[in-house]
Amino acid sequence: MDNKAIYEKLNKVFRDVFDDDTITVGPKTTANDIEDWDSLEHITLMTAVQKAFKVKFTMGEISSMKNVGEMVKIIAARAK
Amino acid sequence: MKELEYPFDSEYIIKKRKSLRKSLLSDGTKRLKKKIAVFGGSTTNDIVVYLELFLLNYGIEGEFYQSEYGQYWQDAMFPSDELKAFSPDIVFIHTTNRNILNYPTTADTREQVQTLLEQEYSKFEQMWTKISETYHCPIIQNNFEMPFYRLMGNKDCSDYRGRSNFLTRLNTKFYEYAEKTEGFYINDINFISASYGLKEWSDPSYWNMYKYAMCVEAIPEFSFNLSNIIKSVFGRNKKALALDLDNTLWGGVVGDDGVDGIQIGQETGVAQTYYEFQSYVKSLKSLGVILTVCSKNDHENAIAGLNHPEGALKPDDFIIIKANWENKDRNILETASELNIMPDAIVFADDNPAEREIVRAQVSGVAVPTMDSVENYIINIDRNGYFEVTNFSADDLKRNEMYKANAERAAQQASFADYGEYLTSLDMTAVIDDFIPLYLQRITQLTNKSNQFNVTTKRYTATEMEEVAGSDEYIRLYGKLVDKFGDNGVVSVVIGHRNGETLDMDLWIMSCRVLKRDMEFAMLDRLVERSISCGISTIRGYYYPTAKNKMVCDLYGKFGFTKISEDEQGNSVWELALEGYQPKNRYIKVEDNSSIK
Repeated sequence: MDNKAIYEKLNKVFRDVFDDDTITVGPKTTANDIEDWDSLEHITLMTAVQKAFKVKFTMGEISSMKNVGEMVKIIAARAK
Repeated sequence: MKELEYPFDSEYIIKKRKSLRKSLLSDGTKRLKKKIAVFGGSTTNDIVVYLELFLLNYGIEGEFYQSEYGQYWQDAMFPSDELKAFSPDIVFIHTTNRNILNYPTTADTREQVQTLLEQEYSKFEQMWTKISETYHCPIIQNNFEMPFYRLMGNKDCSDYRGRSNFLTRLNTKFYEYAEKTEGFYINDINFISASYGLKEWSDPSYWNMYKYAMCVEAIPEFSFNLSNIIKSVFGRNKKALALDLDNTLWGGVVGDDGVDGIQIGQETGVAQTYYEFQSYVKSLKSLGVILTVCSKNDHENAIAGLNHPEGALKPDDFIIIKANWENKDRNILETASELNIMPDAIVFADDNPAEREIVRAQVSGVAVPTMDSVENYIINIDRNGYFEVTNFSADDLKRNEMYKANAERAAQQASFADYGEYLTSLDMTAVIDDFIPLYLQRITQLTNKSNQFNVTTKRYTATEMEEVAGSDEYIRLYGKLVDKFGDNGVVSVVIGHRNGETLDMDLWIMSCRVLKRDMEFAMLDRLVERSISCGISTIRGYYYPTAKNKMVCDLYGKFGFTKISEDEQGNSVWELALEGYQPKNRYIKVEDNSSIK
């Protein structure tokens, strides 16, 4: 799966989880850019992303991800 | 909403939670409003998010209070003003094995472990007592799931020092309390976690990162299971199961294959699976679920199939058998009207997706489980919690007999020219008197189940009903009706509260199984008699319209009350002066509590 396809799919997950069709995520996107993205919604988001790409992040990965770009890097390395 | 019925796709629900909530809230359904306090020993946010969705789907709009993180004990024992003002209709205590303070160690003696057990348990019992004294509302308490590791391996379950052993013993103590306490229910997370898969359920990263006691993907299943208890407590259970026959109760088509050709019994694996399903359905009947048939078949073929010597079910097990070539949605609506229940109290089980679709589309609120392959039939009905048992009264056991007797009465009615003559022929005797403990559970159950013959649709929890039963401020009557075809059980409840010389009616309900028997007049006669003896001169009745109670909009009018006022919504107030009241019941012999052995 190339990066473009990952971003497309990821965008769809973000729009579903935050129920907001105006969202477009890029490598630099962080929780500060999306209004509803707080610590509780973050848990839902992580769950939905892992399910969508059929990957499981380790605890270490989840706690160290700084932005969407880092998330995509992990997905690209792991997703089948 | 199909997305919220078992087997649901948790991943989808997690992803779409916001849009699902929006569409439920905007679908125009009138819902019961209930206040639900969640006392958590771990994070409860998502539990409430999905609980809200499932309850909305059951017609209940929850307003929620959640403890600050982990403050379940403090909230229960030392309620804040906020919590007191919230005044919950139900309290849910979300504790798990993460909240056990002291587990046994391998150095402990048997006596020390026993003391630990008592300590852990008494903390909970104190909390339950306090909650019930403070809020007089039902309590739902999780039991404990098994630990995700076993220090002693297999011995962990049998040795008194093992954690599995300790939790099992603690669970048993919870169950003992539940058995003897009305309005106290166990949310069986020990079962749900096992069914989900304990290893995934207990993934420690969710506890250590987010303080969730289970993995987030499992929360929809958890909340669904919890929502079934809540909707059952608030009277939203289904009442009847309408079953298709060919490829639903047996394999094959009886009209084509003949009775000898259908698959049922012990001959093959498929036949055994259908037999197992029939046995399950038969056990549902013993819980008080009404069974009916809804099948496209010639009537004689249907009966022949049901008389198959290897089957578990017989024609007698069904109150109504609709085996004809009419559309099934029409048959379901007729079934509802013959049983005097609402169509949304029916579960329709059919292997044919086209039939399921038409019934789902045409009959509002009917439940239509997926019946894709016979080995899934039991679990798809069972897990949906349609008939979740919270109160199980002696009446439930007899319900099928009573509906059967009703069918016989209907047959007899046809043979009388005059309706009064028919009523006389029924030899009716009623007990109408103040509440007694023997019937309190059934009385409460009736207040939560009756929708049609119900002027105020006021609901009572078990604890509230105990208060009403014990207070001098109320005049209460229950009515139990027996006739020559059988005992109908407790069928009517009337509650009024005294307001000087006026009696304000809080509740007037009757089970639809005794409509048109003049039972309501017998109740009125007794109410007037009791009221006069308490110095009451006027009875004031209220009617509040709902989607379901149109049949009683003029009940007080028929009783001879005068309408005092009516507002734009149709809420009306009625009054009756008791002086010179003439008894109205002519067909029912009325007795009091002393006639009950």
